[in-house]
Order: sequence, then C-alpha cells, then structure tokens
Amino acid sequence: MKKILTVVIVMFLSFTAFAQNKNARASLDVDGVCMMCKKRIEKASLNTKGVKSAIWNVETHELKLIFDERKTNINTIAENIADVGHDNKKLKATDEAYNSVHPCCKYRDEDVQDDHKE
Amino acid sequence: MKKIIYILMLLPVFTIAQSQLEGVVFENGNSKTPLAGANVHWANTKVGTVTNFDGEFTVPYKQEYSQLVISYVGFKTDTITVKNLNRIEHSLKATSDLEEVNISSRKAATSKSYLQSQNIITVNSDELLKAACCNLSESFETNPSIDVNFADAVTGTRQIKMLGLTSPYLLIATENIPSIRGASQAFGLSFIPGTWVESIQITKGAGSVVNGFESIAGQINAELVKPTTDDKLFVNLYGASNTRLELNTHFNTKVSDKWDTGIYLHGNTHQKKHDVNHDGFLDMPLYKQFNVMNRWQYTNPEKGFVSFINLKYLTDEKQAGELDFNQDTDKLTTNNWGSEIDTERYEVSAKLGYVNPEIPWQSLGVQAAFSGHKQDSYFGLNLYNIEHNSLYSNLVYNSIISDSRHKIKTGISYTHDSYNELVNSTNFNRVENSVGGFFEYNYDSLDKLNLTAGLRVDHHNLLGTFVTPRLHMRYTAWEKGVFRASVGRGKRSANIFAENQKLFSTSRVINIQNNNGEIYGLDPEIAWNYGVSFLQGFRLFGQKGDITLDYYITNFENQIVVDYENPQEVNFYNLNGDSYANSFQIEVNYEPFNQFNMRLAYKNYDVKTQYNSGKLEKPLTPKHRFFANASYETEVKNNSKWKFDATYNWLGEQRYSSTLNNPIAYQLPEYSPALSTLNAQITKVFSPRFEVYLGAENILNTRQDNPIVSANDPFGSSFDTTFVYGPIFGANYYTGLRFKIK
Repeated sequence: MKKILTVVIVMFLSFTAFAQNKNARASLDVDGVCMMCKKRIEKASLNTKGVKSAIWNVETHELKLIFDERKTNINTIAENIADVGHDNKKLKATDEAYNSVHPCCKYRDEDVQDDHKE
Repeated sequence: MKKIIYILMLLPVFTIAQSQLEGVVFENGNSKTPLAGANVHWANTKVGTVTNFDGEFTVPYKQEYSQLVISYVGFKTDTITVKNLNRIEHSLKATSDLEEVNISSRKAATSKSYLQSQNIITVNSDELLKAACCNLSESFETNPSIDVNFADAVTGTRQIKMLGLTSPYLLIATENIPSIRGASQAFGLSFIPGTWVESIQITKGAGSVVNGFESIAGQINAELVKPTTDDKLFVNLYGASNTRLELNTHFNTKVSDKWDTGIYLHGNTHQKKHDVNHDGFLDMPLYKQFNVMNRWQYTNPEKGFVSFINLKYLTDEKQAGELDFNQDTDKLTTNNWGSEIDTERYEVSAKLGYVNPEIPWQSLGVQAAFSGHKQDSYFGLNLYNIEHNSLYSNLVYNSIISDSRHKIKTGISYTHDSYNELVNSTNFNRVENSVGGFFEYNYDSLDKLNLTAGLRVDHHNLLGTFVTPRLHMRYTAWEKGVFRASVGRGKRSANIFAENQKLFSTSRVINIQNNNGEIYGLDPEIAWNYGVSFLQGFRLFGQKGDITLDYYITNFENQIVVDYENPQEVNFYNLNGDSYANSFQIEVNYEPFNQFNMRLAYKNYDVKTQYNSGKLEKPLTPKHRFFANASYETEVKNNSKWKFDATYNWLGEQRYSSTLNNPIAYQLPEYSPALSTLNAQITKVFSPRFEVYLGAENILNTRQDNPIVSANDPFGSSFDTTFVYGPIFGANYYTGLRFKIK
C-alpha cells in the first residue's frame, strides 16, 4: 500500500512539476537600443515576482527568461516591461510609458537607432 | 534514432504551420566556406535571422515578402529577389580583397571595475609584458598599488607590500587556491614564472570570505595560462647584462575534444659574481631555478563540467655571501661568510566546476591542493631548515535567492599544515588543522548599489573557534563615479622564521618573548581593515581617463612585533599597545592621445607600531612615494609595431631601525636618503608570432653604497644585511625574444 501511495505521490509531484515548471524558460523579443535599456528591461523583469533570471541581448533584442510558472507567466512579464516603456512581441508600450525613458533610449526614433550603430 | 523519427514526423507540421525559407550563405571563393553569423532579413521588415555555424539559415516567409537582404561586416551586402520557397545558396563577396580589415577595440592593460563591490585591479598579460621579466615578484613594477623592494642585501629576495604591510598580510593565491603561504612566504613569489601568469587580480582591503580567513591587507590572485587558450608553442628567452639567463617554453596540445594539456618549462640561472660596491660580498646570489608544470584542462559545455589538474615541481638553489666563499670548505665555518638556500617543492592541485546547464545560476566548485615544500639553508653560522606539507580543500556552492539580483555563495573548507622547522639547534614542529564554513551574500540592484556581505566560522586547532566577517559595498553616485567601502577582519598564525628569514643574515641574537601562546609561544595575529575609495572616470579633450582616491586603515588587535630596534638582537613579542597601517593613494590614468597612456600616482603611508622601546614608524617603509608610468604603442603596419614603456619611482626617506647600540663606525643615520629609479623597455613586434624586447632596469644607476653593516667583519656582533632601502647592483640592461605559434 505504502509503495503504491509513494508511486502515486511521486507521479503526482512530477506531473505538477511538469505542468507548473519552477524554472520555466522563455524568450521574448524586446525593443531597445543600449545598455541603459538593458538595465531597465532586466530590472522590470526581475521586479516581476517569480522571475529568477533575465538577460537581454542588445544586439539580438532577445530577452532570455527563467521564471517560476506557479508565480507568474510570460504575459505578466511582458506587461511589466511595457510599463517601463519597452515594446515587445506581446505588448506595445503606451506612449506615456515610452516617453518616460531617457532621451538617448528612444528606440522608436530612427535617429536614435542610428546613433547606436557604430 | 527515435529522435530523428520525431523530427521527421514533426517537420511537415512546421512547414504547414508557417512557411519557412531555408538557405545557406558562403564566403565567395574557390572553396565553399560557410559564413557563420551573417544577417539575413526581409527588406523593409523586422523579420530576419542570423546564419548558424554552417552558414545555414531559416527565415519565416510570407507571400508579401520578396526582397531578401544578406549582409555581413566586411562583405558586400546583397539583396536577392525571392519568388518561391526553393532553398537558397548564396555567396557574399568580400568588400575589398586587398587587406583584411580588423576592427577591434583595444583592451586596457590594467582595468578597474565600475561594477564590482570590491576594489579590484585587474592586471592582464599586456601589462605583465611591460616588465619583461620573469617571475611574479617582478611583475608589479608598473603597478603603484604594490611596492616591491629587496628584503636584504644577500638573498636577492624581493618583498612586496600593499597598504604598508608586507606579503604575509596579503593572501596570495594561484587560481584562487592560497599558494604562497607558510614556508614559501619568503621566496614564493619568485617561484611563479611571469609567462605562466595570464592575469593578476589585486584586491585592496579585506577580501572575500571564500578564500579563507588569513588575508588582512588584501588579496592577490594570479590566474595562470590555460591550455585551451594559450599558444601551441611559446618560447621566451631572456638575457641580462648581469648575466642572468632565463628560458620559458610552453607546449599546449589538444588530446581529445574535451581534454587539453600543456607542459610549461622554466629555467633561470645566474652564475657570475658581481661586487660593484666593493664590500667583498656578492651583490646578488648565484642561482639556478628549474620549474615545470603540467596542466590538464577538461571542458564539457553540454554537461556543464570544467576541470583543471595541475602538477608542479620546482628546484631552486641559491648561493650568496662573500666573494671568496667556497661552499665545500667554508660551510658553517668562520673562514668566509656564505649562505646557501636549497628549495624543493611540488604541488598537485585539482579543480572541478559544475554549472547546471538548465539552471545557469547553480554551480558547484571543488578545489583541492596538496603541496610539499622543503628548504635546507644556512646563513653564515645560522642553520635554518623547514619542511611544510599542506593540504587545502574548498567546496563552493553558488545559487540565488528568489532572483539573480540576490546571489549566494556557501561552502566548507578544510586545511591542514604540518611544519617541521629547525632553527640552529632548536626544533619547532607544529600541525595546524582548520575546518570552516562560509556564507556570502551579494546584492546587485542592477543599478547603483552592489553589496557583498560574507561571514565564515572556522575551527582551528591552535587559533580556536572564531568568526571572520567581511563587508564590501559599491555605490555609483553619478555616471562613472563610484564609491566603495569595505570592512573586514583577518586572523593568522605568524610563521616568524619563514617570514623573516632575513634575520638569519645578521649576527643578531634571536629572542622570542614567550607568553605561552600556541604558536612559538606567541598569540595569533588579528587585525581589522577598513577602507574607502572613490573612482571617477572622465573625458578630457575627448580622451579617456580616470582618477582613484583610496584610504585604508589596518588596525591590529594583536600582532607579532618583529623588533629590530636593538642591533644585536631581534625580538619577537605580542603587541602591547597600538599598531596600525594607514595608507592613502591617489592615482590618475589618462590617455592624452591615442595609443599613449599615462599613469601617475602618489602614496602616503603612516605605519606605526608600539615597540618595547616606544611607538615607532615601521622601518624601511617610505612615507611618501611618487610613481609615474608612460607607455606608447605605434599603429600596426604590416603586422608589426613598436611598444615603448617607462616607469619612474621616487621613494621618500625610510627609517632605519635603531643602531645606537653599535660602535660608532657601524651606526647609521636615523633615516635613509630618498631615491629615484627609472626603468624602460622597448618592444618590437615583428609579427603576431615573433617579438624582441630590449630594456633597462634602474637606468639612473641608483645604488645604495653600503648595504651591509660591518661587511668587513661578518662574524662580528654588528654584522647586518637587513638595512636595505634601494638597489644594490645599479643599472642592468636586458634583451630577449618571444616566439609563439597559435
């Protein structure tokens, strides 16, 4: 009996672990231009409860995330990123949020984009 | 096999789900070399990708897309019209076939971090090449934070100081394994060949708790060259006008796709007798050193394992003393004064690191090192033998709390040291065991604040159970303006003889004022270190620079006072009163024009100790020091360039320990004169494979004329070789070459 119970518990546990991954990985395209953007994006991600690691790449615009699925999901993270003014694949930042970023980070502006190319 | 079937099954699904265009990009030429990392995107869209290692790409396709842009730095950008989903093969033409254009930003030879919480100066191999030679003790000449001076007039040993304190108060590690300690304290820095060193990290003030409790004034870590990144073959030949000869060779090879190995050989010899000041004594010892290391490196990125295994062996023979000294007939007699120091040392160390490929913040590291050190020596009539076997092991686990802004390091360590010492006819044996656990927390706000707090608890058979706290903070107040603060405690058992071997080259009587302590009858040394520093990066006339100010205070709770104040005696006793070392430094780095770097520094020391005879300034420690370094590199033309480097040092007067008890003829003034030295080096790089250097140490030919007190009567009661404040030999010219195959 004990054995069966253990097996059931283990199965149940591993099932939930599968369904609700504690270390889920995801990647999100986030718009930005510089290291200041990087700090802001990563900070906004990490300020989302449940996000454990967030690394944004200036060149590819890819944000690599590891988070606890039981506590948050990719949409919440995307929202928080948009709230600090960064457009991403899921959500476009409001103009109000976008206007709050530093003038040199205005990534929607083509002149600013050009400034950050070599 | 199963996997392939799955992939085959899934492939059509993908193609249905979304149309994909596939292709491959080549470099234009006869052979079809794939071009990795080329950009491929649809014109006027943000849809694009980058080619993989084999030059292949897959890019989403929609009917409205038609123009595909393929670009790569150094190649002509091509736009091709796509009408269907047929696989594309495309070659890019190099923009110019004349010459390869390399755009690279120059790496600074020394760098200071704006981000770390600790005050760390990183010295990389470019900086190490500025002083052509030869071993670790000589590689700090272009660094104002570390003072290098001769320990005595006989053994040619260089001693380093930081924050006004000599090397026993620094933790010197090789790849984060404490390596120069115990018996190797006096000569250990000369046992690490300069070409083996890839970079040096100098941490001022209390270091991390991970490496132990011993460091007080700071930590120096030497990172060695790695078989995977070092040259396949490296040869360095060096010859100097004082007839010192050195040879360094490295051989590195790949054994399998995961294993690399390297053999590193070093030989160093000096066999000519010099006596430029005509005091009857050799200006520098005759010596032979042979050093061999075999490194193994294992890398497995898929599984997340990295490992190093090192095997090292060293023999070192030194002979010093009077010109007429003959070791066969005069050893331990009063015929002539002479000294021999023979050292044999072996080390085995292994490191294993595991990074969880799924959870990159989780990693586990194990370090273990075993060393055997044996020194047989005599100095005139003084006999000194020491054997030290040491085992060090450390286990470190890295992780995070809640998210990657809160990092933790925790682990346990165990060390075992057994000493067997013979001082004249007295045996001093002791065994030290310590086991400890540590926990370090790092908070990085990703912005202005970075904080590291560490605590360790150790149980040591002679020092007892004690706690070592360390705290570091960095605060970025404004752009490129960084404040740092640190505080920490250190504790150690002093190896009074090994650390002060210069005392044997005197006629002094050795007194240990025993108070029934655990180590030589003395108590352990305990000190607190406090430091603040400010770093500001700036741009002046469009050129980069930075300025650093720092102030450190070391306060001893207990110290083993080494008292030379009576010229007939050397006394060891526990501190009774105050002992402190305050150090202030201001350093400016600036690049007035491209490729020309300047470094200026001023340092002020206030180091005082309560001796039995009063509170006195520490002997042979200049209060003021001024340092200037300039280096210039020409632009690379046809793979070749010139490099110029010069270092100027000015040292203020240094206090001599009292000589009032000596006969008038052997008395010294209270202070030594101030002195200045100038070193310079020119390197001609002929190609990435071959370079030649030519240099001079002490061009101004600064010399201390009478470094030995009572040189004419070496067995008399005033004989002393420890009053050394400056160079003894004078100017020395050298040349050498470096040859490497990648």
